[in-house]
Formats: sequence, structure tokens, C-alpha cells
Amino acid sequence: MGGEIEGLLVILCLNTIYAYGIFLPAASGQLNLGAAGFITLGAYAAAWLNMSPDSEPGGLGLPMVLSIPSAVLFAAAVGFVISVPILRTRGVYMVLATFAFAEVVSGLVINLEFVGAAAGMPAEDHVDFTGLLIITICVVAFCYYLMSTRFGLAMRSVHDDESVATLFGVNVRATRVAAFTIGAAIVGLGGALYGHHFNYVEAQGFNVLLSIFILLYVLLGGTQTAWGPLVGAAFFTFIPETIRWLGRWVGGEFGKELIEYRLVAFGIIIVMMMVLRPEGVVTRTLLERVFTLRRRAAPAAAE
Amino acid sequence: MEVLLQQIVNGLMLGGVYVMVAVAFTLVIGMLNFLNFTIPALFMVGAVMIWAVMQKGFGPGVDTFLNDTVGAQNKWIVGVVVALVVVSLLSLVIERFTYRYMKAKYGDATEHALPLVSSLGFLIIFEHFVIGRWGSDPLTMDSPFGNASFYVGTVQFSTPQTISLALSLAIVFSISLMLKKTKLGRALRSIAERPDTATLMGVDVNRIVPLVYVIAGLLCGIAGVLFAINYTTLDAYIGDKVATIAIAGMVLGGLGNVWGAVVGGLFVGLLEVLSIHWLGASIVKVPIWGMLLLILIIKPTGLFGHSAIGKGKF
Repeated sequence: MGGEIEGLLVILCLNTIYAYGIFLPAASGQLNLGAAGFITLGAYAAAWLNMSPDSEPGGLGLPMVLSIPSAVLFAAAVGFVISVPILRTRGVYMVLATFAFAEVVSGLVINLEFVGAAAGMPAEDHVDFTGLLIITICVVAFCYYLMSTRFGLAMRSVHDDESVATLFGVNVRATRVAAFTIGAAIVGLGGALYGHHFNYVEAQGFNVLLSIFILLYVLLGGTQTAWGPLVGAAFFTFIPETIRWLGRWVGGEFGKELIEYRLVAFGIIIVMMMVLRPEGVVTRTLLERVFTLRRRAAPAAAE
Repeated sequence: MEVLLQQIVNGLMLGGVYVMVAVAFTLVIGMLNFLNFTIPALFMVGAVMIWAVMQKGFGPGVDTFLNDTVGAQNKWIVGVVVALVVVSLLSLVIERFTYRYMKAKYGDATEHALPLVSSLGFLIIFEHFVIGRWGSDPLTMDSPFGNASFYVGTVQFSTPQTISLALSLAIVFSISLMLKKTKLGRALRSIAERPDTATLMGVDVNRIVPLVYVIAGLLCGIAGVLFAINYTTLDAYIGDKVATIAIAGMVLGGLGNVWGAVVGGLFVGLLEVLSIHWLGASIVKVPIWGMLLLILIIKPTGLFGHSAIGKGKF
């Protein structure tokens, strides 16, 4: 049971990191459906840098403390280079462009012999759950800090209204490129950690569905505040598991069916959430309401 | 040379399937400014429904009943009817949750990426329903027409594939004629232009938008049925595979342009088959998606697109 819960928390940590990487561009009004591409870049770069040169299929033999940051820089560099042309597109076009980018990356990687082609690529060093948890907390804290800076404010203003943001002297283009690049770096970090935790990366696992799910975590969690992705990732990592647990608890034919169809229930929850809370679970007004309630309650208790 | 000619023919036949899916995408984007991810799901549902009728997917009882009433030879007709009815009904449900309800509650439905997310939700629902019901292994069916084919010179044409290509072009032709000539077509084009003004001019938007969904759904359903008959192997994720390539075709032709989607769909079919022929199956993603990425960066409006479409917030 302990191992099962730890396995689930590992997935949660990785999903949270991915979600924050997609959240940053989303908070400045750009939908990135290319998460799988950046995960592939980060995971393969870290694995290749980490494997010793005389192993099969080869590598550079750097220790983990160097391979992870280098992989992050690599993902960020690619993110920066493609953000310039991709951010010229908008709306539906941007969704499609990021999606096409991810497909090109995965199509290329499974044909590169020096990263193991279709067989995948091992990674030598292992990052354990504690390390993963610490890095995840750092990522969440970093994004929370980022959203409270002037840059975070600029991102939000670009999201809400571009022309008004321009009028107030926000450099819209630079803000978008920066948000996209930092996001790419964070998703790449998630990929690198994936490689070092499971010690094996395979491009087929980083597919369209993964990109779709990560974008859903962000949009359902809410893009208005930095808490959204955390809530979204947690909610949607635990829901299928909760339904599985519920099915086991109910038992019998119905329980078995519940487990089998748990992702159908998941889809229904997504559709219903869009009807009930279109801006995501966590919104600015929700946070405001929660905090003012507490403030109102405090003087009442003092009386 | 003969091999190449044969590959070109195969590419165009595959392109015929992409054409219908691409037209479905382009209609919804052109009219409602929304990238509809339920299209892959409806394509898959169409294919799985005819498979289920043909291969006892609904249980031996239903199968015996069908054999007794319509006969084993004519089961495929029942399959087609079931597929199209199911797809139309699902389209109406989807319309409610991705468009009507949102519009009633939040004004402009496309503002918050709502339809996009809801349609992804529907994609997950349908795919996992099929996996839960019939498993995730490939489903194979016997083609009701066997290997019927004819030769022109040395090039082989599969008869059902040729009929499918002709059928898909005929359907697209009638849709474009309908858009151009009929009163309904004018109403549809007015909604594409500006829904609010269309309402003021007396177009009943709430009755016409479901029609767009049903037309798009039927196109996918027919494409799915034809795919199942011609290629006989499918699974729950078949819609993702086919529809994503059809999206590339749609963008090549230009968003919102029906004939552009036809040209684009045929082109990606050719590109896919010829890339496999020349470069091998494992690299086929790179030319298709590389092409899409290049088009989006260099000329996002595609070959014949209109620059105003798809520029909404999401």
C-alpha cells in the first residue's frame, strides 16, 4: 500500500511540474498543446548526457547534478527559438503549431540512432521520491513568486487584454516569449526528472494524449492564479484513483465496471466542470471570497 | 514507375477519408470559430459501430436476430444506419454542452476556450467507453465486399475504395453547393460572418448551429464507416490518428475553406503514402507535421484560407 501511494505521489509531482510549465504561457493567454514535445526534449537530453560514453546507445557520462540543468537549458533554448515564429500565430493556429511541434519532435527522436531510436533510452542516475518532492515544491514556489512580480502582472494583463496592456507600456511580445520560454524550461525539467526517476525514457509514452491531459489540468485548475495548476493536477491525478478505490470498495460486478469505466467518469467530470466553473476551479474571486470570509470571521471571534 | 503510380493511387484513396474529416473540421471552425476535438471521437464511433454490427460486438443475441431478419450479407447496411444514427444523436448532445449551454450562460462561447476543453472531455469519454466495452486491442472486421478490385493498365484499384473516394467527393460537392445556393447555406454563411448580426437579420441561430454539428458529425461518421470497410483494422484511438492528419490537411487548404480542405486532405493522403514509400514508416510523422509547422509559420491562412478565421482568443 505504501509503495502504491508513493507511486501515485511521484505521478502527481511530475504532473504538477508539467502543469506549471504549461500554466505560464496559458496565464499570458497562449494555449500550448505541445507539452509532450518539451517533455521528450528534457527527458532524452538528460538521459543522453547522463549515460556513460561506452554504454549502449552512448552518451556523455555527466553526473545527474549537471545533466538535469543542462537538459533544462536545452529545453529552454529550443522553446525560445521556436517561440519566436510560433507566437506570431494566435488562437487556433497557435494550438495547432505547438501540437505540430510536439509531433515533429517525437517523429525525429524515434529515428535518431544515438538516443536509442524506437527502443528508447536508459538513464543511469536515480532521483528518489524525496528529491522529486523538493524540486516540485521549489517549482510551485517559483511560479507563485513569479506571478506576484511585475512580470506576473504583465502576463495577466496580456491575458486579459492585449491592447490595453500595450497602452500601459507592457511589451506584449517580450512577455509572451519569456512566459513561453520559462514554461518550456519547466516542462523540460519535468521530463528530465521523469527520465532520472524511472531510469528509462521512451518517446511513445509522451504522446498527444499526455499533452491534452496536461493542458486540461491547467485549464480546469484555472489560469487566473498560481494555485490553479496545483489544484488541477492534484484533482485529476487523484480522481481516477479515487474511482478505482471506490470500485474496489463497492466490489462485485458494479465495482468492476466502475473501475473499467473510470476514465469515462473522468471525461463527464470535465464536461460538467466546464458548465459549472468555466474559469477553472480556483479563480481570483474564489480566493478573495475565502480570504475575506476569514478576515470577517476574525473580528467576530475577537468580540 | 508502376509501383509509384500504385502508391499515388493508394495515397489518393486514403486522402478521400482525410477529405471528409478535414471538411468536418473546417465547417465547425469556419462557422463557429472552434477547433472541435469531438471530430476524432465521432470518426472512431462511426467505425466502431459498423464493426460492432458486423462482428457480434453487441452480443450473440443481436447478431442472430440480424442474421434472421436482414441476412448476413446485408448486415453492413444495418451497420451504416446504426453508425450514422448514433453519430447524429451524439452530435446533438455535444452541441448542447460545447455551444448552446455555454452561449446561454456566458455570452460568447468561444471566449474562454470552453468548447475546446469540453470537446476534449467528450473525446476522453467516447474513447474510454469503447475501451471499457470492447477493449484496447485492435478490432478487425471482415470487409463485406472482400477484395473486389479492378485494373487500369497495371495499376490496381480497390472497388470499395474507389467508390468511397467518389462518394466523399460527391458529398463535399453537395455541401459546397448547399452553402452557395440554398437559403440554408446563406444562413450558415451569415453565422460564419457574424452570429449577432445574423440573429438580427432573422436567422434562427439556435436552430442552425445544431445543424452544423450534425453535418460535421455525419461527415465524420461516414468517413469512419468507409475507413472501417476499406482498412478493416481499427481501435479506440483510430480517430486521433486519422483526425490529426486531417487537421494538417485542413490547415494546408486554409481554415474555413471547403475546397481547400479537399485539396489539403488529398495532399496529406499522398504525402503520407509517399513518405512511407520513400522514407519508411517510422519517420512519416516528420514530413506531415513539419509541413504543418512550416505552413503555420510562413502562411497561416493556408492555400485558400480567409485571414479572419481562427484568430479569436482561442
